Amino acid sequence: MSIQVPVYSTLYNQGISPEILFWVGCAGSFDARAQRVTKAFCTILNKIDVSFAILGEEEKCTGDPARRAGNEFLFQMLALQNIQTLNHYGIKKIVTACPHCFNTLKNEYPELGGNYEVIHHTSFLNGLIADGKLKLQGGGSFIGKKITYHDSCYLGRINGIYEAPREILEALDADLVELKRCKSNGLCCGAGGAQMWKEDEPGSGRINQARATEIISSGADIVAANCPFCITMLQDGLTADSNEKNIMVLDLSELIVQQL
Amino acid sequence: MLEQIIFSILCILSFGFAAKRFLFISRNISLGVDWTPDSTPSEKWKNVIFIAFGQKKMFTKWLPAILHLFIYIAFIFTQIELIEILIDGITGSHRVFLPILGSFYLLIINFIEVLSLLALIGTFVFLARRNLLKIPRFQSVELKGWPALDALIILLAEIVLVSFIFMMNSADVALHQESYQFILSGFLVPLLKDFDTNTLHLLERVGWWGHIIVVFGFIVYLSYSKHLHIIFAFINTYYANTKPRGKIENMPAIMEEVKSLLGISEASNDTNQLPDFGSNDVFNLSWKNILDAYTCTECGRCTEVCPANMTGKKLSPRKVMMDIRDRADEVGKKLDSGDVAFCQDKNMPLSSANFSDGLSLFSQISPEEIHACTTCNACVEACPVLINPLEPIIKMRRYEILTLSSGPADWVPLFNSLENNQAAWSLSAERSAWTADMND
Repeated sequence: MSIQVPVYSTLYNQGISPEILFWVGCAGSFDARAQRVTKAFCTILNKIDVSFAILGEEEKCTGDPARRAGNEFLFQMLALQNIQTLNHYGIKKIVTACPHCFNTLKNEYPELGGNYEVIHHTSFLNGLIADGKLKLQGGGSFIGKKITYHDSCYLGRINGIYEAPREILEALDADLVELKRCKSNGLCCGAGGAQMWKEDEPGSGRINQARATEIISSGADIVAANCPFCITMLQDGLTADSNEKNIMVLDLSELIVQQL
Repeated sequence: MLEQIIFSILCILSFGFAAKRFLFISRNISLGVDWTPDSTPSEKWKNVIFIAFGQKKMFTKWLPAILHLFIYIAFIFTQIELIEILIDGITGSHRVFLPILGSFYLLIINFIEVLSLLALIGTFVFLARRNLLKIPRFQSVELKGWPALDALIILLAEIVLVSFIFMMNSADVALHQESYQFILSGFLVPLLKDFDTNTLHLLERVGWWGHIIVVFGFIVYLSYSKHLHIIFAFINTYYANTKPRGKIENMPAIMEEVKSLLGISEASNDTNQLPDFGSNDVFNLSWKNILDAYTCTECGRCTEVCPANMTGKKLSPRKVMMDIRDRADEVGKKLDSGDVAFCQDKNMPLSSANFSDGLSLFSQISPEEIHACTTCNACVEACPVLINPLEPIIKMRRYEILTLSSGPADWVPLFNSLENNQAAWSLSAERSAWTADMND
């Protein structure tokens, strides 16, 4: 099946303004694992015929890791350039599969002059399911397996989105088991605050391994996640921890795509 | 008459000293830079009512929350009795409210006695949690020394205080069987059956004076202790931000600079007067960050949920707050000393604008600590009194990167990629290369 991923500038030059801008993010663009999530999400968008586009080469990092590392100058450089692009196209609605991009676009860009309706793909997909626009066919390799859900800090505790992902799992007829630390008490994967790009400070263990231990003790076969960084960190943690069951970490869109 | 004079002198001394200390602390808080909360008046009061007064966030841990609630409610209602003690102490009357309130007075005192007993139970359990059960969050390295002693002093003082209340009340019951119907103290009266009236009278006085002396001591002690939270929790929740948690405070000076670089706005004229960026001392934290530090009760709920701390890293959000408070106290004392040794410019008088003691926040908080933070906000979520330990951590990172041009070496490639490729990784592929195998 051919999947169409239009670029905003092309449509703009044709006088077309798509309903949503899909903000891919650095991980979704460059990281091999996260690319699979990007593609799954695009497959869903194609299937339900949502008019969307990506910025393509005009998209830059939102600046989240720079700001959190303390490099405000770099953050402003990236953010203000993105805002110039977004405002130039008159973009109103942005959907992204990365909770870090989501948080920065939604909460930090307004003060810099960028005001958009920003939706994380979890909420977006849940809305489509609730409205009956996205019809799930049942089935999928995860049926009959125990699924647990990992709340990313930036979607959960920081933006208070706990229910949308769980409603999706319910709609998928998944057998959800909660982790000991979940929702507002969810345990970080260890990547945020620009930790993704540096070695851990000296300590007795790694955060992703602490989370992997919790996942293993939950008895789950699959971890549903909503963040490209969590997916990498948790999969690494699970691999390092013997992980005899071969527990897979999957984005919610990768579960949905199995029921299209 | 002599009792009244001694009482009045002690009263003036303790309140006067406490007032002096509060001026000292409020001056220390004002050393921070100007800052305006983003909350509306109704949000402010909602936080004060639910979070501070209603203790809402305490109840994520129900056992300590209930025990703390006993002490808290007992404390609030004992104020009625304290007002009476103050009036009695100054005028020489005895239980001045009794004839005025009649049987309602008996109800109040009985209620206070029940609360005092519950508070006493809470105190013993708290002592056990800290010293016998050794709950991990009370064993952290930052609590060694004064903080652990502080907690112990206050719990022991609580036991002494409640003991004096019951000594005073039960002696009074024994002296005035008909009119003083205090049920709980009544149970203690058989213990006093061998004492004559004079001894009972003496016991009542010892209980009364003991009680009020502990209270006067507490008023003075409060400002040196983590128990300052009994006042500051209300102030701090009032000023707490309600903005989206994920929004890190903007730096308008840098935003304007970058806007002019990008040609979005005209260059401002005073760019050569850029201040230090970020924070390395109380002078460039916001006053709210310092208020946060003085509000901290050192309960360690933040550190307990910190993913860096639980995996053995040096970072402890509680320690960051404690270090800021210690630094604010230290700077305050040095400013009050008037010692020219602390003048940055020796020809000018010592002031907050002309201060240097060769120390900073970094003297206590190491780069290793602030580098370990994942900005997960678990500490912010956990704090029962809405302290934000993440904000000073980010500000110290800003100081390191923007003012000192240092920071973790691992971040250099990240910054280079962001600067040169506008992406978090430097890859030769184009950003939209992933679409290649989709569009065909």
